[in-house]
Amino acid sequence: MSEKTVATAKAPKKKAVSRKEMSKFAWMLREMKRNWIAYVMVAPFYLIFLMFTVLPVVLSIILSFTSFNMLEAPIWIGADNYIRLFLNDDIFIIAVQNTLIFAVVTGPGSYILSFLVAWFINELPPKIRAIVTLIFYAPSISGSIYTIWGIFFSGDSYGYVNGLLLELGFITSPIQWFNNADYIMPLCCVVALWTSLGTGFLSFIAGLQVVDKSLYEAGAVDGIKNRWQELWYITLPYMKNQLLFAAILTITGSFGFGGIVTALCGFPSTDYAGHTITHHLDDYGGQRFETGYASAIATVLFVIMIVSNWGVRKMISKVGQS
Amino acid sequence: MKKLRTRKHTVVLNRSAGGDAGMTVFLVLLGAFMFLPMFYAIVQSLKPLDELLRFPPRFLVYNPTLKNYADLFRLMNTSWVPFSRYIFNTVLITVAGTGGNLIFGSLAAYVFAKMRFPGRQVMFQLVVYSLMFHSTVGAIASFIIMSTLGMVDTYWAMIIPSWGSTLGLYLMKNFMDTTVSDAVLESARLDGAKEFMIFLKIAMPMVKPAWLTLIVYSFQSLWNYGSTIYIYSEQLKTFNYAINQILAGGIVRSGAGAASGVVMMLVPVIVFLITQSNIIETMSTSGMKD
Repeated sequence: MSEKTVATAKAPKKKAVSRKEMSKFAWMLREMKRNWIAYVMVAPFYLIFLMFTVLPVVLSIILSFTSFNMLEAPIWIGADNYIRLFLNDDIFIIAVQNTLIFAVVTGPGSYILSFLVAWFINELPPKIRAIVTLIFYAPSISGSIYTIWGIFFSGDSYGYVNGLLLELGFITSPIQWFNNADYIMPLCCVVALWTSLGTGFLSFIAGLQVVDKSLYEAGAVDGIKNRWQELWYITLPYMKNQLLFAAILTITGSFGFGGIVTALCGFPSTDYAGHTITHHLDDYGGQRFETGYASAIATVLFVIMIVSNWGVRKMISKVGQS
Repeated sequence: MKKLRTRKHTVVLNRSAGGDAGMTVFLVLLGAFMFLPMFYAIVQSLKPLDELLRFPPRFLVYNPTLKNYADLFRLMNTSWVPFSRYIFNTVLITVAGTGGNLIFGSLAAYVFAKMRFPGRQVMFQLVVYSLMFHSTVGAIASFIIMSTLGMVDTYWAMIIPSWGSTLGLYLMKNFMDTTVSDAVLESARLDGAKEFMIFLKIAMPMVKPAWLTLIVYSFQSLWNYGSTIYIYSEQLKTFNYAINQILAGGIVRSGAGAASGVVMMLVPVIVFLITQSNIIETMSTSGMKD
């Protein structure tokens, strides 16, 4: 250290020493001291973020290796929770299947739908575009309005869909839509899709707006034949950042539709037909107070989300390559 | 083929009439599907009693009335916990939560976008990762943390976590990356301006669309806050929770239920309508880099 201090003293002006003259650690300490105000400014947000977003995940992972009921101290039991989950809990396996089906249908479904709508309305005049945007975006911000679907598909003959089908003679008795295991998943997927044109959708609209228009002219000259080629070779590569951002939000959202199933089908749903990992988590965490076991469920869900995000990022980086 | 005006001259782009027609049909059908439930809620809220109880039910309203909205206001004062209390709670957590999120979030966005310090990369990566999982993952552990801090069953349980929400911050950080020039900040620093003053007087006025976006996102999530994991007391519960109870009770056939649903829905929709162009502007800079 002393040599370096001398080096600093020898410097003609009082300016920052170059990085080479100090050890990496000393340089870092110095930089931290010099920028102390940055830490102060970021601290209020970051401490709350760590406390209520990061710490819960870390705590869940730790607790997933314990037996814990919120009252007595947790007992370390190794991987027992995971063994029980995957080998002895048939309902969990159903939940995993349903969650994956849900995510595979609503994730790409909502992503493609968002993009198509954003793309189709892109060339409309701004005023009209704003109104169309609102119509498609509104379901995602209007709270519990999706329960209206419960009235349309109500199980008695008061339900509009039943009424219509009875009138037209397709059915002779009302169908218990949200209590019938055959209909629960498809209907909940439709309702989830209905609510899913959210931030990703807006991001697409924004991304399409900033694509450099002269590229299209150049493309037309270079022999791009139709709008699909234009889309693949010009538009999509240009808005890769928005594609990625929307993908992440869509994936995260597609794992969070449990509330819709509960509101429309009740809990538990008939024959566990709409039972997802979120429901299993609520069941053990919120009602049975098997916190250790519930933490293992949460950890599995966390891993599934991170892995799908990672996979989709890899896929999107291939966009625009022929 | 349709001519599209770009720049100063007109070029013929590849636009087929069939494609235009197909797009229009797709948009109209899907738009109708999206709009139907909202439309139904509004229609239902305007129906007089005899039309609400009619069998078989009729979709449209024949003699529209605003009586249901008047009933809603009366209902507000007669239920066990006055309905106005639920609305007060929602307004309180929305204002306090959004205020904190705006202050702390924009400070952090500025620091991540415009200051260089050890740990910046790692700290921001963690924020990005937080966008990749749903908050239900941490709900149980959050409960443990909140009960340790004595926050369970208080307003704080709903307010404080929203101060650390990441989406608005993330969008603002990206917006600052592209719209606030480093040269301007650097010259202010050379003039001896304090970092906090640079943030407040130079950076913030330049990113108005971004803070409007942050406010709208925070507002939307808090306005729709209906979770009761951390709240037991009826008098602390939110408007959305109360509406869910009404809707779940099947009283939606009653007009007041539909009216409250419409109120719940219209507020965020109007807020979005006003701020839409700002949000789109913010989003145009905010992708995610590989």
